[in-house]
Amino acid sequence: MHIIENGNAAAALGVKLCRASVIAAYPITPQTPLTEKLSEYVESGEMKAEYIPVESEHSALAVCIAASSAGARTFTATSANGLLYMHEQVQWASGARLPMVMCVVNRAVGAPWNVWNDQQDSISQRDTGWIQIYCADHQQIIDTVIKAYWLAEQVSIPVMVCYDGYILSHTFMPFDLPDQEQVDSFLPPFQPDYFLNPQDPANLNTVTLPDVRMDVRGELAHGYMEIRCLLQEDLRKALQTAAEAEKRFAGIFNRGADPYIEPYRCDDAEHVAVGLGSITYQMRVCVDQLRTEGIKIGVMGVRYYRPFPDEAIAAALKGKKGVIVVEKALSYGYEGALMSDLKSALYEHLAGTGSLPVVQNFIAGIGGREIRTDDLTQTLRAAAKGRVSKEPVWIGLRL
Amino acid sequence: MQAKSTILSLPTEELVHPGTRACTGCGLSIAYRVGLKALGRDTILVVPPSCLTVLQGLFPVASTKLPCLNVTFASTAAAAAGILATLKAQGNEHTTVAGWAGDGGTSDIGLQALSGAAERGDNFIYFCYDNEGYMNTGVQRSGTTPIGAITANTPFKGKLQQKKDVPAIMAAHHLSYVAACSAAYPLDLYDKIKNCLALPGTKYFHIHIPCPPGWGYDPRYGIKIGRLAVETGYYDLYEIVNGEFKLTAASEKLIEKRKLVPVREYFRAQSRFRTLTEAQIGDIQKTIDEKWAGYYKKDE
Repeated sequence: MHIIENGNAAAALGVKLCRASVIAAYPITPQTPLTEKLSEYVESGEMKAEYIPVESEHSALAVCIAASSAGARTFTATSANGLLYMHEQVQWASGARLPMVMCVVNRAVGAPWNVWNDQQDSISQRDTGWIQIYCADHQQIIDTVIKAYWLAEQVSIPVMVCYDGYILSHTFMPFDLPDQEQVDSFLPPFQPDYFLNPQDPANLNTVTLPDVRMDVRGELAHGYMEIRCLLQEDLRKALQTAAEAEKRFAGIFNRGADPYIEPYRCDDAEHVAVGLGSITYQMRVCVDQLRTEGIKIGVMGVRYYRPFPDEAIAAALKGKKGVIVVEKALSYGYEGALMSDLKSALYEHLAGTGSLPVVQNFIAGIGGREIRTDDLTQTLRAAAKGRVSKEPVWIGLRL
Repeated sequence: MQAKSTILSLPTEELVHPGTRACTGCGLSIAYRVGLKALGRDTILVVPPSCLTVLQGLFPVASTKLPCLNVTFASTAAAAAGILATLKAQGNEHTTVAGWAGDGGTSDIGLQALSGAAERGDNFIYFCYDNEGYMNTGVQRSGTTPIGAITANTPFKGKLQQKKDVPAIMAAHHLSYVAACSAAYPLDLYDKIKNCLALPGTKYFHIHIPCPPGWGYDPRYGIKIGRLAVETGYYDLYEIVNGEFKLTAASEKLIEKRKLVPVREYFRAQSRFRTLTEAQIGDIQKTIDEKWAGYYKKDE
């Protein structure tokens, strides 16, 4: 059934369809309409779940961590400083291998205060051991939430579903609302291997030593390093599981694509613009314009940022003359985080092949600065002609 | 109100294995052992980093026979709420959820989450075991360290500020049950837990925990010092049931006696109070006497 709704509602509908049983949230703009919607579903009885109106984001994730440890399918959502306030818990959730899903409605972080969109919040959580997926439209938001639960529960790793504040969260767009029966067939009830249970007691997340240690049966139990290494290994393997999720989803819902990247007019392109989230769809307009001028350019959205699909990205960019990475965040003191990761993937897979593209970095839309399509087109036009700068270039800056 | 327990009427089943990693003479060992007996098998525990994390043992060995979730420092009460929500979603109305946090994890970093859970009325029992400092990190001052106590970061003058009255803060949340207990009076603790189990919403327990390395006394004197705190009227055992305040156990008996042991005896038994002057002790004695004059008046 096609409906017209905003991006936050798309996420809320996805969570309802996935039958999350414990939801905890603390209000922060622009996430609020999403969690308000969920409180409506729960209070009206439309959704059978416990909704905990916590006193902070730190507690929101605490509730989800504990609920997930007790066997519940959980949900929370946040933005900007709310996510930063959660940071300790974000790390805890992945370390404890809890398959939860959290939406991050991307917003700039303070100081100074700013409620508008960029992606510094979720990018700053890159190294926390979560799976991180970026959405470019409302269909992707609802579909990604559904796929995220399946993926998280397969690999026991939490998933962050990220989408741009306002640009997606508060705009209305038509999208297909999946049937409950279809979602139920895609996503079976959550049955964890272990959960907090007085009949089968265990002490979870106890102090774990640097080295391996004998258990009471005389078997060696993991040390902290083994546990952490398994998280890394399983995160890398999750790329395969993500592909399975995409295939399963396509089999039931008749839609889907490459799970990792979303290329547009890239096949014959000499230059490829790369980004995360809604900006990649805006760049499609630029690419269409530049194509009429004879510039062979395409655009590629990166959907999975962690685990990083380095192979897929390098394969897609192999033989291109130039790659133009346009980001709404940066690793202060160097360059965009996606830029660094992408260059590292190209080096790993293409070094010595003679087909390493020139890579340039542009920073756009920080703190919600309007990204004018004309400016973006001009940026891509200039970058396709040759290297603009060694340092990241800020689009629309008026210093 | 049930009949008062005796040491012989406690359940014989131990839910804490012997030989924990707690320090010799640790007051928490007593309170935890007896507390879990009162809570029983059908309980899920939540524990933030604290002495209890150490007491419970190192992976893959655990000294507690109940399911336990170790959580981040500030999140004990919120995590308890998450477990409760799950039990509710699963239709489980019988399992008890109990948080056990230290005084730092309660009065300082964990206060926000605790206040949030209490305000929501989440149905669990919160235990603050108060050894009056960050003992697990090497004896630093906390919100509940008493005035005059030498700690690692109040090294010469002792703490200059008053102890934070956490039970009073919790009582201001209109809880069905607030109790002040002591490791030196384990049966009082046991009976109070039993008394509150059926009450709705958040139940708060504050347990005074003598700590040999943190307070500076020979480990064999832990119970004696815990009792001195009560007999001097310095630390009171009480419960607040639906807003009704009542002294209990040894503190209740002090009302009849109308006589307190001088607080000097409590201070002089511990090296952490070594810089307290007679004048300071006199001031504290005056405060105690005024507090008790109020209790006596109520009793008349």
